[in-house]
Amino acid sequence: MPTRPALIVEDLHKRFGDLEVLKGLSVAAQKGDVISVLGASGSGKSTFLRCINLLEIPDRGRITVGEETVKMHTNRRGLNVPSDTRQVERIRTRLAMVFQQFNLWSHMTIMENVVEAPIHVLKVPRREALARGEAYLRKAGIADKADAYPAHLSGGQQQRAAIARALAMEPAVLLFDEPTSALDPELVGEVLQVMRDLAEEGRTMIVVTHEMGFAREVSSRVLFLHEGRIEEDGPPGQVFANPRSDRFRQFIAAMV
Amino acid sequence: MDIAIIFDNIGIYLEGLQTTAWLVSLSLLLGLVLAIPLAVLRTAKSYAVQAPIRAYIYFFRGTPLLVQMFIVYYGFGQFEVIKTSFVWPLFREAWFCALFTFTLNTGAYTTEILRGAIEATPHGEIEAAKAAGMSRLLMLRRIVLPSAFRRALPQYSNEIIFMLHGSSLASVITLVDITGAARIINSRFYSPYEAFLTAAVFYMTLTFMIVFLVKQLEKRWFAHLQPQKTS
Repeated sequence: MPTRPALIVEDLHKRFGDLEVLKGLSVAAQKGDVISVLGASGSGKSTFLRCINLLEIPDRGRITVGEETVKMHTNRRGLNVPSDTRQVERIRTRLAMVFQQFNLWSHMTIMENVVEAPIHVLKVPRREALARGEAYLRKAGIADKADAYPAHLSGGQQQRAAIARALAMEPAVLLFDEPTSALDPELVGEVLQVMRDLAEEGRTMIVVTHEMGFAREVSSRVLFLHEGRIEEDGPPGQVFANPRSDRFRQFIAAMV
Repeated sequence: MDIAIIFDNIGIYLEGLQTTAWLVSLSLLLGLVLAIPLAVLRTAKSYAVQAPIRAYIYFFRGTPLLVQMFIVYYGFGQFEVIKTSFVWPLFREAWFCALFTFTLNTGAYTTEILRGAIEATPHGEIEAAKAAGMSRLLMLRRIVLPSAFRRALPQYSNEIIFMLHGSSLASVITLVDITGAARIINSRFYSPYEAFLTAAVFYMTLTFMIVFLVKQLEKRWFAHLQPQKTS
């Protein structure tokens, strides 16, 4: 029997007003999967990622992290809402997110950023959290900036610190929302290198990205979203060599 | 000018300084304690929660401090409900009326200062807190308020200074604060120049001390905004 997937998303729907952004997406991520989510802007890929950790509340669908399925119900106004705030908070600790704009807490040093949630949310003892923080900052290659404030770092350094912050939660799945899109071109490489190292360690990652090289070389699986649906799903070798959809062919052609 | 009058009566001024100091610091402290929850509630979506807070703020920002103090000091005594209730022994006292009015007044201004600072919290930092599994309360305590306090500090230091200067009105309802001391000296020796200039020096010294303290606090709190030290 195969092991239980780290993350299961079933029949995810989301609309903003009249615009239906997600039209029924289903994905299961096995432990160690590195899934690149590709798609033109407006294809729903960021919304898809943000629905997984409930930063956006899906209108329909089931999300299961490890053994736990998010409990949802329909409220009086007919909206689908989570039933148990505590459960959502607990599940979010299992799904760390790295944002396009880094979103480090600006009034805290890098180390304080990294240990904040482990200490106050996971209740890890301070000493242990600091040791953990030190280790992950080193892994992200930014241990020398532990006492600096975010505003004093370059974009690439901030994003690596944000990755260390996500790692310090020791999550089941890492979610990356266009982690290199806000970076100057010469800083993209250092962030991708850290992500590549994480992939090689066997961490489960879902990466919304425009980096074709990363999708092709690092990920174990590629999803291509178009107008709220999954148009391609498979290992990068197969998807890039023999795309089934014309959309994806056009998409790659436009990217090169 | 007869400086000797001041030196001979410095004790009255020091007493006045004491009154000003406790009256201002206590009303600022209580006002701040009042303002923190109100500012948080003021950012609530529900209109039913917001409406009473808005009404309170509009009243205290829309009327002069002196008028507010007169309403409390002269006005409350008209109501039998208050006169027969257990709070009357307090509202009978001028010091309590001043403290009560000042607290509510600075509380209203501070609520607005904090509300602005809370609403200016970068949205991404809130999302990062949510994504890390923080509860609303934890997020408020660890992310939103610490960052809002920093943003609010420059404006709040003005509020502290306004409150210090506004407290001179307490002398109108018989309290002997710094201004009250000056009024006593003036009426006793008929020397307004010496009396009020001395009061001015006291206020100015206090103001500079406040400015200095806030600057120290800014140095510590605003480390993340300052240019990096080149070591």
